Amino acid sequence: MSIRVRSTNPTDDEAREALQGRPAEEHVPSHNITKPEGEPAFSISDLNFWYGTKQALTNVGLDIPRKKVTALIGPSGCGKSTLLRCLNRMNDLIPGVTIEGNVRYRSADIYGPGVDPVEVRRRIGMVFQKPNPFPKSIYENVAFGARVNGFRGNLDDLVEGSLQRAALWDEVKGDLKQSGLALSGGQQQRLCIARALANNPDVILMDEPCSALDPIATLKIEDLIRELSTDYTIVVVTHNMQQAARVSDYTAFMLTDEEITGQLIEYAPTEMMFTQPGDQRTEDYISGRFG
Amino acid sequence: MALANTTDSTGLSHQMRKRPFRRPGENLIMVALVLCAAVSIATTFAIVFVLFADAIGFFREVSFWHFFNFANDWQTLFDPRSFGVWELVAGTVNVTLWSMVIALPLGLAAAIYLSEYAHPQTRRFLKPLLELLAGVPTVVYAYFALTFISDDILLPLFGENISFFNSLSASVMLAVMILPTIASVSEDAMASVPRDLREAAYGLGATRLEVAFRVVFPAAISGIMAAILLAIARVIGETMIVAVAAGSTPNLTLWPHESIQTMTGYMLQVALGDAARGTTDYTSLFAVGALLFVMTFALNVAAQIIVRRFREAYE
Amino acid sequence: MSFVEATPDAITLRAEGRVARRQAWSRASRWILLGATGVGLVVLVILGIDNAIVGIPSLDWDFLSSYPSRKAEIAGIRSSIFGSVWVLVFTVAFAIPVAVGSAIWMEEFAPQNAILTTVRLNIANLAGVPSIIYGILGLAVFVRLMELGPSILAGALTLALMILPMTVITSVEAINQVPPSIREGSLALGATRWQTVWYHVLPGAMPGIMTGTILAVARAAGETAALIMIGAFTFIAFDPALSFSGLLDSFTTLPIQVYNWTLRPQTEFRANAAAGIIVLMIAVIGLNALALVVRDRLRQS
Repeated sequence: MSIRVRSTNPTDDEAREALQGRPAEEHVPSHNITKPEGEPAFSISDLNFWYGTKQALTNVGLDIPRKKVTALIGPSGCGKSTLLRCLNRMNDLIPGVTIEGNVRYRSADIYGPGVDPVEVRRRIGMVFQKPNPFPKSIYENVAFGARVNGFRGNLDDLVEGSLQRAALWDEVKGDLKQSGLALSGGQQQRLCIARALANNPDVILMDEPCSALDPIATLKIEDLIRELSTDYTIVVVTHNMQQAARVSDYTAFMLTDEEITGQLIEYAPTEMMFTQPGDQRTEDYISGRFG
Repeated sequence: MALANTTDSTGLSHQMRKRPFRRPGENLIMVALVLCAAVSIATTFAIVFVLFADAIGFFREVSFWHFFNFANDWQTLFDPRSFGVWELVAGTVNVTLWSMVIALPLGLAAAIYLSEYAHPQTRRFLKPLLELLAGVPTVVYAYFALTFISDDILLPLFGENISFFNSLSASVMLAVMILPTIASVSEDAMASVPRDLREAAYGLGATRLEVAFRVVFPAAISGIMAAILLAIARVIGETMIVAVAAGSTPNLTLWPHESIQTMTGYMLQVALGDAARGTTDYTSLFAVGALLFVMTFALNVAAQIIVRRFREAYE
Repeated sequence: MSFVEATPDAITLRAEGRVARRQAWSRASRWILLGATGVGLVVLVILGIDNAIVGIPSLDWDFLSSYPSRKAEIAGIRSSIFGSVWVLVFTVAFAIPVAVGSAIWMEEFAPQNAILTTVRLNIANLAGVPSIIYGILGLAVFVRLMELGPSILAGALTLALMILPMTVITSVEAINQVPPSIREGSLALGATRWQTVWYHVLPGAMPGIMTGTILAVARAAGETAALIMIGAFTFIAFDPALSFSGLLDSFTTLPIQVYNWTLRPQTEFRANAAAGIIVLMIAVIGLNALALVVRDRLRQS
């Protein structure tokens, strides 16, 4: 593998210790970083990331709550997509990256020894910026994950169920054989969501899922995100602050300034973040003064 | 250019229009450049004219139907002579079939490895090495096919069951020759499959193998088809390897252990045999040549069309 | 969400069962595919070693400086080296100006219309025409129609037509690499379009053109079938005359000589063919290496 992983907290003993209720403050040093209630889906601490020698994340630490929508916002180049891709090890695919720090998913260290990135990505699904259906039929798009995983149940049911959950079934049930590329942009994106859901993940990561869509398609996806949050943990990267305000329960604001690249400035329940930001830079950003 | 501004007729712009960026003498250069470009057009016309003019002479002696009749042999050495071209076409198809059987899996595996597995530095190092295989003069492969593959390996291995000149030894070296064509054209096709699709598959928990075979390979299939067509066109047109190692006995067979003769092999044989101008032997060279030209032309055009479609699909 | 409900369920992200099997296949596939990639190279290395063992004992000064002979032990490649060099010099002299001229016209001056499209398609198709067809063309036009006979001139013209499409394509690519800003800068200073091409575009395209030329020479150096078609398969025991009439002498080339020896049933000639192949391969690999060096050198300056 072409990545170097330096986990600062790799041993099982320490992992167990962490589970047995170490004080959360140790992970979240800044007073502007809120610790959400309950057991987190992800627990990130001291995360640093480099592309080659170029640092992209600096000492990021936050807890992402379960079955809630967490938005990552910030101006472009702030590292929000990089952070998202650290959560399912998509960054492993880029040659020459270095990851240092600790990313825990429920109890397990995602970068721990013996952890298989394929297993990670099977549980933590992803939806991308540009809708990217495979050049295959709608049916085969949704069935892809099941087929590679050797799914033994009823594939037709799985495809139908996933398309229904992604609010696409009614529009495509007449012709599942047509190419996924024949759909409109918004439908394609929902197809990609259905495809991710078919894998039965716990978490869905979304990397600016609406940035290539028109306003109506965007609204549909946002509704869908709200709906899915009852069953799934969702992390969504967006540079659209209204979107973050509309769909998310928690919001993390990231920033790259002259000295530090990819730092987490503030993390709080969305309502609080948008009404009474704790940091001047957050306020400047959400009031549109830069970015 | 300057002619676009025809309504303007003031003196200055009129002068400029008369000499748009040009000096005396440059018109001569222009003529020379156009003549250069005309050479390639003239070449095509000359090829077509030369081949078909003498091929028509051939078909005055030998009927079209006789030429393309499956029942006829290709037997030009003694009377009654017979010009059933299928025996030569079969020879060409024979070596094409077996060389593709060998080269396709290896070439596509190389393409997948270079495109999906290899570290960029490994690729930079491996690709030129692989392409060197296409730069080896074919007479060298011909020598190896006969002395090494046939004489040192196949004969000891199969003994009486294989003839000294056989299609297999030629096919092995043809396969080595076209490996880089298949590998590099397919690799280009796979490299132009958008990154998005790979990410989508990895994001769904696919392994590298699954991404390569279930996503990238199918998405690049038309480019890969083009690579295969180009490789077939090269095999069909290759002369030295088959002339030296495959034999010179026209034979309607697809078995690899038999001695055969390909279209190109026959053409070389006629050239070596000093056939007198105007004889049927001589004109048969052009009839077979014309058929060969039509076959390779069709393959090349098909490959170009596929490549263009493929590019459009991803632009 | 209450704290009790959130008791951490033990999860593992290790590859187990099916995922482990899939990953094992995936990891194995890397080595299988690498192995398949290497097969061609391994074959080449084995053939090279085998050939060196057979050929090196015959490879000495006598071999290089002797004419061919019916006796294998005194036969050499003197006339085929002269023939190869002579033919290649004239091949380049004919092909390169025409190829570069076509490329300049296509990229810098041609009207963007159906004619240009036709020229482009035509060149792409000519590049796929088998060399033996060029041989037939040479036979009919240069040898018979122009009555040049199976001469150095006829051979060079035939090979020039054969490498023309390839050199046009590489020259077009090289000219394309020259950034448009260079043209604009020159035109803005009042240079004519031809001056712009001559003083700015061509020097910028030179590395690419040179590289393409050398690779084309490497291809022509190994060509056999086209030259046999024009009748160059002859016994030559003299050096070509250094005069215009010398261009009409018959000739042989190194690959033709190798072919000749390969056909001989006597095993002694096998060693000669192997030695000839060593010389030929050194030339071809040398030209390929030269192409890389030229490209890097000229790109730096």
